[in-house]
Amino acid sequence: MSLTDLSAFTSKSGPTVRSVHDDFHGDLLEVSMGPQHPSTHGVFRMVVTLDGERIVRLKPVFGYLHRNHEKIAENTSYLGSMPYTDRLDYLCSMTNNWAYAFAVEKLAGQAVPDRAQYLRVILGELTRLVNHSCLVGFLFNDLGTSFTPLLYAFREREKILDLFESLSGSRMMCNYQRFGGCRVDPPPEWLARAKALVDNFPRFLDEYETMLTGNEIMLARTQGVGRLDPAQAVNAGITGPVLRACGVAYDIRKVDGYGFYPRFDFRVPLGEHGDTYDRYMMRILEMRESVKILSQAFKDLPAGPIMDPKAKLRGFRPKPGEAYGRIEAPKGELGFHLISDGSPNPHRYRIRPPSLINLTLLEEMCLGHTVADAVVILGSIDIVLGEVDR
Amino acid sequence: MESLEQLRDRLLARFPGAKVELVTNPGPTAEHSLLLGAAHGRDVALFLRDDEALKLDYCSNATGVDWPGKEIVETVKKTIPAAAPSAVAGVGDPGPGSTSPATTPATKVVEEKIERIEPGYLEAIYHLYSMAKKHGPVIIRLRTGNRSDDVTLPSLTPVWRSCDFQEREIYDLFGIVFEGHRDLRRLLMWDEFKDHPMRKDYVAPDDFEWEPTPHGDVHERAKVHYPSPVAEPPDEPRRSPQGEGGPATATKEAPKP
Repeated sequence: MSLTDLSAFTSKSGPTVRSVHDDFHGDLLEVSMGPQHPSTHGVFRMVVTLDGERIVRLKPVFGYLHRNHEKIAENTSYLGSMPYTDRLDYLCSMTNNWAYAFAVEKLAGQAVPDRAQYLRVILGELTRLVNHSCLVGFLFNDLGTSFTPLLYAFREREKILDLFESLSGSRMMCNYQRFGGCRVDPPPEWLARAKALVDNFPRFLDEYETMLTGNEIMLARTQGVGRLDPAQAVNAGITGPVLRACGVAYDIRKVDGYGFYPRFDFRVPLGEHGDTYDRYMMRILEMRESVKILSQAFKDLPAGPIMDPKAKLRGFRPKPGEAYGRIEAPKGELGFHLISDGSPNPHRYRIRPPSLINLTLLEEMCLGHTVADAVVILGSIDIVLGEVDR
Repeated sequence: MESLEQLRDRLLARFPGAKVELVTNPGPTAEHSLLLGAAHGRDVALFLRDDEALKLDYCSNATGVDWPGKEIVETVKKTIPAAAPSAVAGVGDPGPGSTSPATTPATKVVEEKIERIEPGYLEAIYHLYSMAKKHGPVIIRLRTGNRSDDVTLPSLTPVWRSCDFQEREIYDLFGIVFEGHRDLRRLLMWDEFKDHPMRKDYVAPDDFEWEPTPHGDVHERAKVHYPSPVAEPPDEPRRSPQGEGGPATATKEAPKP
């Protein structure tokens, strides 16, 4: 079977390993990794063609978690989709809610009070801490450190999820943002708890970095692995920490200045080489910047209402129009494109998933590396299949 | 960045004969867009990417939209000559108490309803930003001729690689065929799937994993769609051993949960 034969990429269940022949490479081995492979972080499948141990071709196969969220959202009201956005990237429900609320507010011309804007920044940055610390843990799982770094991350994540639970009633499916504000006002005790957590977070990061950053095996396995060219990454629409690891300064918090981010003093860390190690360091450095943003937000959080009095929850019908709202989610640019025809449900509801589009260059990053490296590269891109397949 | 009107004029000067129209957005964002003709779509996209003043090097979002055909009812006033004066007087008689002059008109004005169907189309929308110059978005739209046989658009994947998976998704869910895409396969649905589920007129099957069973709601609903089995004589009601869509009498006897 020749290398240009694409029959293995159909969804039909076939053999997981088969031999293929190519005039240039000779005899090759084709391995289907996934969809039930533990290192693919969900139901993701890669069809990898190997020359010895080196990857000569890699084709991702999607759709195992597809439930056509967009169609469901077109058949329900605007507010009815809000709990469903939690299920996209199920580690970061707060930022998903925020992105959707932001797009709808743009569509309807809805204002948001100051306190709600601050709360959104606080919860968004806490979500970034959750996502990045877990991602680093999972990355080390992929490197072979079975669960020890991940459980350190889960220890911290559990504290943040307790905060989310006491505020919104749910650990992961928060359903917290509304069009024109937030759902619940946090009491002062909650804010004191959150502030204490954030104040202690740099200690966890120091501890984490002491274990991981200078680790010899880690350096050997990640430096120079999965390099990404900046021009190619921009053209392929890569966003988030993966893009900034190549040295492209593009953070939507700075570029668009949505929400109240222009009021905060923080820096955007940039990488140099675009390899897996830089992508790891981006996460660590971004967590340190998030801590900076959070401590400023707790200091400046104003009193006041959390919902705009003109905001309409029931019977919400935006005027005909179109809006694209995007935010810097922990994984990259998360955008919602909404088209309203004046009815209570959207004519078109589209999610721009950062996880899916960041996978565009997965093949280019993996070529020439071993399967074990492909696992690490995929781990460093940070995907959640709930968002990839929608 | 220049305004969208200036950009449109510049594009029209650069590509004479190309179709570039401004599509206004009535919403409060006022993010208007440019409608491009399919013939020059890729050339214009390349220009937008490489132009020094624009440098739209980043295509963030590519979306398909289905605009189904609309039935428009127009009321047209039509004057028809009166056939018989007595009949017209009877119709136009305002009543016995009226003081208006009951003159017999020579013609009569009739409102006639004309139904016409405005053809639908599929649309691909691209949100372009510039990472080099940090501006945007510039929104461009491409429209197909109709929703059935003329659904080909030029692929912008050779211009922006980020459209790769997104155009595959649009092809999968909406059925727009992107000409020049290097690997146009279904992205999310399985390859044997026939329809395009994001179209507005798509009807989902009752159950994707339907198997004939002699009982249950699914079976009752599915009877509408599948040919009914040969009617069995009513004196021997029995349940079909293979369960091939059992006879109606057997279904009625099935115990309810």
